[in-house]
Amino acid sequence: MLNYDLAVIGGGPAGMAAALEAKENGVEKIIILERAAVLGGILEQCIHAGFGLHYFKEELSGPEYAHRFIELVEKTDIDVKVDTMVLTIEDNNIITATNNTDGLIQIKAKAIILAMGCRERPRGAINIAGSRCSGIMTAGTAQKYVNIDGYMPGHKIVILGSGDIGLIMARRMSLEGAKVQMVCELQPYSNGLTRNIVQCLDDMGIPLKLSCTVVAAHGKERLEGVTIADVDERLCPIPGTEKFVECDTLLLSIGLIPENELTRMAGISLDRITNGAVVDEYRQTEREGIFACGNVLQVHDLVDYVTIESKLAGKGAAKYIKGESFGGDYVETKGTDGVRYIVPQKINRDTDCDVNLYFRVGSVYKGAKLVVKCGDNVIMTKKRPRMCPSEMETVTIKKDIISSLPDGEALTVSVEE
Amino acid sequence: MQFDVAVIGAGVTGALTARELSRYSLKVALLEKCSDVAMGATRANSAIVHAGFDAANGTLKAKFNVEGTALMPSVCEELNVPYKNIGSLVVAYSEKEVETLDILYHRGYKNGVPDMKVLNRRELKELEPGISDSALAALWAPTAGIVCPYELTIAACNNAAVNGTQVLRECEVKSIADDGEYFTLETTKGEIRAKYIVNAAGVHSDDVARMIGDDSFNIIPRKGEYYLLDKCESEKLSHILFKCPSEMGKGILLTPTVDGNVLAGPTSVDIDDKDDVDTTQEGLAMVSANACKAIPSISLRSAITSFSGIRAHTDREENDFIIGPSEKNGRFINAAGIESPGLSSAPAIGKYLADLVAKLTGAEKKQDFDPVRPAPVRFREMDTEQRKALIEKDKRYGRIICRCETVTEGEILDAIHSPVGAVDMDGVKRRTRAGMGRCQSGFCGSKVVEILARELGKDINEITKFGGKSCIVYERTK
Amino acid sequence: MIKNIICVSCPMGCPISVEIDDGTGEVVNVTGNTCPRGKAYAITECTAPVRMLTSTVKVKGGRTAMVPVKTSAPIPKGMMFDIMKEINSVEVSSPVKLGQVIIENVLNTGADIIATNDD
Repeated sequence: MLNYDLAVIGGGPAGMAAALEAKENGVEKIIILERAAVLGGILEQCIHAGFGLHYFKEELSGPEYAHRFIELVEKTDIDVKVDTMVLTIEDNNIITATNNTDGLIQIKAKAIILAMGCRERPRGAINIAGSRCSGIMTAGTAQKYVNIDGYMPGHKIVILGSGDIGLIMARRMSLEGAKVQMVCELQPYSNGLTRNIVQCLDDMGIPLKLSCTVVAAHGKERLEGVTIADVDERLCPIPGTEKFVECDTLLLSIGLIPENELTRMAGISLDRITNGAVVDEYRQTEREGIFACGNVLQVHDLVDYVTIESKLAGKGAAKYIKGESFGGDYVETKGTDGVRYIVPQKINRDTDCDVNLYFRVGSVYKGAKLVVKCGDNVIMTKKRPRMCPSEMETVTIKKDIISSLPDGEALTVSVEE
Repeated sequence: MQFDVAVIGAGVTGALTARELSRYSLKVALLEKCSDVAMGATRANSAIVHAGFDAANGTLKAKFNVEGTALMPSVCEELNVPYKNIGSLVVAYSEKEVETLDILYHRGYKNGVPDMKVLNRRELKELEPGISDSALAALWAPTAGIVCPYELTIAACNNAAVNGTQVLRECEVKSIADDGEYFTLETTKGEIRAKYIVNAAGVHSDDVARMIGDDSFNIIPRKGEYYLLDKCESEKLSHILFKCPSEMGKGILLTPTVDGNVLAGPTSVDIDDKDDVDTTQEGLAMVSANACKAIPSISLRSAITSFSGIRAHTDREENDFIIGPSEKNGRFINAAGIESPGLSSAPAIGKYLADLVAKLTGAEKKQDFDPVRPAPVRFREMDTEQRKALIEKDKRYGRIICRCETVTEGEILDAIHSPVGAVDMDGVKRRTRAGMGRCQSGFCGSKVVEILARELGKDINEITKFGGKSCIVYERTK
Repeated sequence: MIKNIICVSCPMGCPISVEIDDGTGEVVNVTGNTCPRGKAYAITECTAPVRMLTSTVKVKGGRTAMVPVKTSAPIPKGMMFDIMKEINSVEVSSPVKLGQVIIENVLNTGADIIATNDD
């Protein structure tokens, strides 16, 4: 049995930032467990630029962003085990993991930070009828094949879903010589960042078809084409609008799901909307000493926010290890009227910091405002010229305000048009 | 290549027949046109071992079903294939359907199905607590069970191979000539000669029979579509739940699988193309509309995949299996029209056909036949101590490739290097469950491709999903 | 002439209007931006649009088959595919260090192609 103060599960941007922040806050023995061969997580294959504009105030590629943290980790005495998969977390904070050099290892840690990231929704998550031929894969899988392994996942491509990975792959495949026929988006609005619509689709002359989906895949062995159809307001395909589109590859960019198998195994309850753990302002889950941050907690659109969130978890874990916890009297947060969820879901009333509430709205709003309330008492309002579900929103609540909130009332955020 | 017997078709019937034949001092070949075994009707069906009350009295279906179901536990034990004797319930929702239960009971009784019982509402609720409140009664058949059809087939092929059967994949029979002693089969793997032929070619068994002039039956491909649900649903039911059969067939069922998922389906639609395994929007909609009637708490939103399979239905009026020597040629033995309860019947059909060929040839049983297929390593089912010991013996069992199903590199290597080893992604998936979980190979897919390429000495772009042109990637980017 | 564009300098995505003198082709007014970077982007985008280009280069003997690269500075939008040809034609040997120049002054754009990871 190995003993550590802090074990961080996942060595992507979340895990590294959390471990580094914990180190900075005086935690001595830290280990990062990473299932891939190197630190960096998914950033390794995200070779496009656009990372770090908030956090580093400069534009970096994914590997460059990761590298900054890898270098910092290497300068510390934080232990790192790569190629290592965590199998279980037991009640007494014992982690069982495995790799092919040490074999089965067990680690007891005073605190654990969950930073496992997220995964892509597969074909089975939506209803695409037809063939089970090859040539249908998630955009991220294709990204790995083209960027890391150096193979063409396809020549004639249809992309379903206008999430950022799908848009990035539309440009990437075009640059490598593939023909991207179109990007279909079920919703009447795009799910990606505006810059990606402009630079990935407009630049490459790729049409974006809104309110449109793929209803069937065709092909005996390799994909030969798909049937697309327009959808109505309830997002159901409209009969008679079906069209055949020739392609050898269908890339799916239809959403991300936090990778919470270990969290669930540890008996930690999840938020129905985020599919991540319910946490406080330092990202502590309902199990004392277990924290969660990054895409395993909520799917972020920018890695910069993952870093910021993970530093909070690292700081929180350090406080916990040093025995500086809070009273456990919480103010709950709640999204209402257009706000789908809020992270953190609860805040310690006696917290020592200002708290940023992160959330997403349910549809596209123009010229609306965000209203933060406690009961009927309006705490603040914030004008927002444009809000959409694909871009995370945030408001900051001062710690003095938090400590002065009345008992029994939740802190709510809503959209007012 | 010269053999005593050529079995055409490596589905569950062909595989178990070849295995039974390998008990005898016979030179046996098992020929499969696809890149892997278990690719036809065996690949996609309800995975149920039926008790045997469905088939009409006196039919081959009734006889082989009851016999096969009785043999299944011992066959699965020898082949180390998971089999769960969970029992089945035919659920009645109306008074008319309650009457049907009675008919089924009596038919089953005459077929020799043991220990059936009609349960009232209270008894049903006790046995299956999540059952719908609108269920009135049910026929309980405790001998029914579940088994994984392709795992059974792969295990049978491996066992047959170890006992001397030559398993030839990508070996499609194009024509058959007969000189009175030997058949000569023109195949995609060259000329094969055999004294006897067992025709277990599934949906193509009529095409194969026609090659020797037997046009006594036609196969009508019948499509069935299914949803496979996440393991999180599996605690909501513990038995196979049928609807009452109607003129439309046995209807849509709901069942646990041996691997801990829940299966909902099938539809039943006659189609033209024997190789059309596409799912359809209508079919899947029909499954979703009907599947959860028995257990209302089950949600199809937990579906991780959908698929469809083709059943080999015959155009003969008696609607029975076609088993035995062809009227056109006594050395050509049909095992055709094997639709439901084909999986349940397969152990009995295999035994019957092997005994028949042995009698015709006068072959003796071999002394050195080994009935056991060693249990493959299943890391996910081990406890910590077992895992420790395993990895200490071989470090490759310490590297997890498929996270959702906890499959190690060692298990994938075992699957590739077994006698009838995996040669493509779906082959690895069926043998190890890598890629079968909730992320559907999103995480492990590229790793499995890499391992296959390395172990088979191929380039990554030569690795396929299931043979033919089903490549995963094309040429290098630069 | 007024050109309407969406700013991509940051995730805000401001809609910006750029007024261009039809005679001289010069920008006379920019509205809708919330920051000076937005104004600069809008002017460039309407007169001489540029892009950062990222791709991969073959590596011999590396941990992975490809090493990611980028242009050290934005390059003219219209030259992306020509520069891709240059990137596709080179091969480097491991070790490659992050920041290493792979192609100097690619097609006389003044930008280098540099590695964005170690390999």
